[in-house]
Amino acid sequence: MRALIIRGGRVIDPANKRDEVGDLYIADGKIAEKSAIRNQKSEIEEIDARNLIVAPGLIDVHVHLREPGFSHKETIESGARAAAAGGFTTVVCMPNTSPTADNPSTIAWIKDRAAAAACVNVLPTGAISKNLAGEELAPIGSLAQAGVVAVTDDGQCVQNHEVMRRAVEYARMVGVPVLDHCQDYNLVGNGVVHEGYWSTLLGLPGWPAMGEEAMVMRNILLAELCDHHIHCQHVTTAGSVRLIREARARGVKISGEVCPHHIALTDEAIQNFDTNYKMNPPLRSPTDVDALLEGIADGTLSVLCSDHAPHADFEKEVEFDAAPFGIIGLETELGLFLDLLVHKHRKIDIARLIAMYTIEPAQLLRVDAGTLSVGARADVTLIDPELEWTVRVDQFQSASRNSPFDGWKIKGRAVRTIVGGETVWKL
Amino acid sequence: MKHKEQNSSAASIMDAAAIRRALRRIAHEIIERNRHLANIVLAGIPSRGVEIARRIAAFIRGIEKAEVETGVIDVAMHRDDVGTRAELPVVRASKLPVPLEDRTVIIVDDVFYTGRTVRAAMDAINSFGRPARIQLAVLIDRGHRELPIRPDYVGKNLPTATHEQIQVRLQETDNEPDAVWLERE
Amino acid sequence: MTTRWTRKDLLGLRELSADEINFVLETADAFKQVGTREIKKVPALRGKTLVNFFVEPSTRTRTSFELAAFRLSADVINISATTSSLTKGETLKDTARNLEALHTDILVLRHSSAGAPQFLANRVRASVINAGDGAHEHPTQALLDLYTIRERRGKIAGLHVAIIGDVLFSRVARSNIFGLLKLGARVTLVGPSTLVPREFEKLGVEVSHKIEDVLPKADVVNLLRIQHERQRREYFPGLGEYIRLFGLTKERAKLLKPDCVIMHPGPINRGVEIDSDVADGLQSVILDQVTNGLAVRMAVLYLCGGIAT
Repeated sequence: MRALIIRGGRVIDPANKRDEVGDLYIADGKIAEKSAIRNQKSEIEEIDARNLIVAPGLIDVHVHLREPGFSHKETIESGARAAAAGGFTTVVCMPNTSPTADNPSTIAWIKDRAAAAACVNVLPTGAISKNLAGEELAPIGSLAQAGVVAVTDDGQCVQNHEVMRRAVEYARMVGVPVLDHCQDYNLVGNGVVHEGYWSTLLGLPGWPAMGEEAMVMRNILLAELCDHHIHCQHVTTAGSVRLIREARARGVKISGEVCPHHIALTDEAIQNFDTNYKMNPPLRSPTDVDALLEGIADGTLSVLCSDHAPHADFEKEVEFDAAPFGIIGLETELGLFLDLLVHKHRKIDIARLIAMYTIEPAQLLRVDAGTLSVGARADVTLIDPELEWTVRVDQFQSASRNSPFDGWKIKGRAVRTIVGGETVWKL
Repeated sequence: MKHKEQNSSAASIMDAAAIRRALRRIAHEIIERNRHLANIVLAGIPSRGVEIARRIAAFIRGIEKAEVETGVIDVAMHRDDVGTRAELPVVRASKLPVPLEDRTVIIVDDVFYTGRTVRAAMDAINSFGRPARIQLAVLIDRGHRELPIRPDYVGKNLPTATHEQIQVRLQETDNEPDAVWLERE
Repeated sequence: MTTRWTRKDLLGLRELSADEINFVLETADAFKQVGTREIKKVPALRGKTLVNFFVEPSTRTRTSFELAAFRLSADVINISATTSSLTKGETLKDTARNLEALHTDILVLRHSSAGAPQFLANRVRASVINAGDGAHEHPTQALLDLYTIRERRGKIAGLHVAIIGDVLFSRVARSNIFGLLKLGARVTLVGPSTLVPREFEKLGVEVSHKIEDVLPKADVVNLLRIQHERQRREYFPGLGEYIRLFGLTKERAKLLKPDCVIMHPGPINRGVEIDSDVADGLQSVILDQVTNGLAVRMAVLYLCGGIAT
């Protein structure tokens, strides 16, 4: 039996409403009582956590690990290392792989690969529709049995409301939430940047806010109709925030997540046509950023995530129209959110930020993670909220380098990541 | 004359009176050497060459009561050192009467040095047509030719060292009193 | 004129100062004169290699650049999308690097994607001249438009310029807007609300959807080509309706001030955005634009290609 004592940190465990300076005990890979350690005879490792925050292992509900099929961008192994370096003990990976994760055998392959190579917990999602085509339902029941924590067509969006309605009803039956990348194809067309001042100035095809809001509204209506939870991925517009806020006030089972780039940057960043500012949904206007901050502050938006989307340099280094959407985010998201939400804009306190990365996603996905309850798996993240550091993409664990935040000076980051009682990464 | 005050190694070469005398003498020489003044075009190289050409034409008018045509011959786009300079010479429109056949074009410039500017000017003139002859009038000939070209009319011959600089000022182009001086670096 | 030209690339008018724009126009004056000489060729860019790299079809712009390069004594290679290896999957970056390995000095790029010239300029030593990128900018077209307006009206500041047509998808419109505003003109955009969205007002121009209101006040009318060969069905119901609402017909042309100048970047759709007789009328400067385009492009190639890199 092995034991670990994390001493003198500020232990924040939102699930148990705990926020105090104290010690955390771990035995046999689980959170333990102090008494269990006192009876220990074998080796006891101690970690000095003074001036650090001791949090439940953080969960990122939205990452692309690119395997199977795109291992030149990222692998489950390298993506997991990037997660660990960012303070994450659990990541939820999206199904737009090759082959698409729309069948149980691909889910089994991902789980096997994760068990063999990943240093953090990898939870797969399955597709809503076959090949993410939005036409025929994927075998959602079989996917659930294979162990997916949610279904989503992320990167795509089911356009046919009838198909989406049946998917939500079916997902309710098998007990998995539905995550949706909200994008109306007709309204968005070939848009590559937010439709507004900068798209007008630069002549780039615009991606209108309404293209997201129309689908957020659709999802609210379906969540009501089907009485099942729909989670709107990477919410970016003021209108979406307002719609979700109103629906939640009525008790609709709708929720939304935010990515750091959508509050750290605005569409002004695209003016030099740098494809590291090209993502879907796009960077929005300052008004939208303000609305997202308010949505985070009042709880309308309850989950933080990265939409970690690795692409190789040669894929991103092309014409703006031709470049793939997306940026990597696992190794910068916690620092950016701490810096922006807690230090700079003071929208939420650090305990709420931790809740948005732990208990909120755990409840959304109905997974056993995100707490420091005695007996829980000992996934722990140590955070230094005051540590000032400079982002250096060339030092990232991720296999890709497509981040717009290279060189940014940020306050706050994870300094140690513990999965099942074992330190998988430390600064 | 702030230049002279600022630079103690400057030596005055010509004042306004000396410049006036030199240009009047050139006007006389042009009259003597050219039978048909009506065929002459005084083509100045911007910007001081254009002003010098205008002054010579005025002297000829005063002496002979004859009008001599003037023109502008910009050499910037005919230079052979484009791409080697951090700052490009400003190009200006050239203006020559056409046709040039049967006419004598007298290139006019302030300082005659390597000859490359004059070669560029001859190329420029040839692109307008084929004049009967081309002559060259300069205010100062400072030597150091790099091409086999010699002037027909010279205001003042001034042997110089390559590290020295000839400074010319004309009231109309520089908004300073007429003067020529030598600067050592 | 104290401005110095220090740019190796011409990517758009948004990045140029008013002084720089005027500097190009004055340099173009000198090159326009060259076109009247017996020998219309100067040695300014002798020994330089220019590549016309057109990833989107164009005849008139490419020809104009080609002739401008010939008149500056540069050597010219034309590469179009059909002959380029882009169709074989080579990236724009790799193609450009290959051209550079052949010691290309000036790269004239026409591309369907906004920002492509900037992308290349950041990655090659050669001068990059934007010959039109997507709906972004077409700086030499706007410079020749400015040159033509200045030539006809003697000035640009204070003039009221109407830009009429498919503004949303027009790089010509954007470059004109940037240049005209920098030089002090007043700009009104005219066209259907779908092709001239109100968002443009934030650029500092006025927007009108009623051509009759604008024509009597305009000093210059610049008509954009209506791109009916592309899919625009969701933007306006059809050419017939466009002509009825926005075409510069003979009747509407009577609303113009007598000294109003009519411009068109070409190629013209006779009978669509402009009536055939109006296009050939006394107020039309469409052919002057073509002549001036040559002088402006010579000036741009001389300035960008001439400085030491």
